[in-house]
Amino acid sequence: MIVRLMGEGQYRVDDSVLEELHELDDRATAAADADDEDTLDQTLEQMFELVKSKGAPLADDEVLPSDALVPPSDLTLEETKELMTDEGFIPDLPS
Amino acid sequence: MPGMMNRASTIVKAKINKLLNRAEDPGETLDYSYEKQLELLQNVKRGVADVVTSKKRLEMQTSTLEQSVVKLDGQARQALQAGREDLATEALQRKAVAQEQLQGLDQQVKGLEAQQEKLVASEKQLSARIEGFRSQKEVIKAQYSAAEAQVRIGEAATGIGEQMADTGLAIQRAKDKTEQMQARASAVDELVESGALEDFTSGGETDLDRELRQLATSTKVDDELAKMKAEISAADKPKEIEQ
Repeated sequence: MIVRLMGEGQYRVDDSVLEELHELDDRATAAADADDEDTLDQTLEQMFELVKSKGAPLADDEVLPSDALVPPSDLTLEETKELMTDEGFIPDLPS
Repeated sequence: MPGMMNRASTIVKAKINKLLNRAEDPGETLDYSYEKQLELLQNVKRGVADVVTSKKRLEMQTSTLEQSVVKLDGQARQALQAGREDLATEALQRKAVAQEQLQGLDQQVKGLEAQQEKLVASEKQLSARIEGFRSQKEVIKAQYSAAEAQVRIGEAATGIGEQMADTGLAIQRAKDKTEQMQARASAVDELVESGALEDFTSGGETDLDRELRQLATSTKVDDELAKMKAEISAADKPKEIEQ
């Protein structure tokens, strides 16, 4: 899966990391629903960390569309919400 | 996934798709798209230059205010030594206003610095991606049939469109920040112009300056007078002895 960390670039994330990423995504969605900006920002930072530590940055000559976009933690609550979908930031795995 | 980034990249995609359908030669489309990317890169560079300009202006204001604080502090001391508490109070009040402004400016300059760093990083990334797109388009042109090339171009165009949208967002955010800073800088300028925070360093003389100078002059005159009196009486004394 290709994940774009907005403002920082694209990473290729292995499927084994997806479960952990989905957990964080669920927490982010819950925090956004509860208008809890602090928790939301923290969770977004954790998602950034996870993708950066477990994923591999895309090479400069790999020009590919992303499967998911994660916004930076310094957006406002409203801006972040606007980027969210029913599935949060990470689309559900095709079953 | 609806969102501002995606909307932006969808718009880019739609535009590119329109182009793809119209163009008979995929190679031409790729070259055109590449030109558009280079244009965007120029915009990013201009964005970085704008942020740098705003930062310089704020830094200049900061040093002006710092000089004011030092000068006002000195003036307050001077006034107090001369027993003019009213003047000292006024100088200290102005110093407080200058300090308050200074604190705000410091934070703004730091914020702008962070924005500048991010924008420079975005610029580098976009530039690398554009270079990647350039080599990819040469491969597509050389190795793929027209039908296959359409698919590959679609992918590359979406990828680069996304990068352009992300960078576009970074420019927008930097621009918003810069506008805030400019409003702030203008507010400080207005404050200085209105006299509420007189620019003591600009060479223009303020009432406070004038009063302090008069005070210093009269003290100096008094001192000199006393010195002269002492000299005269000292010169007179030997004469008295001679007589």
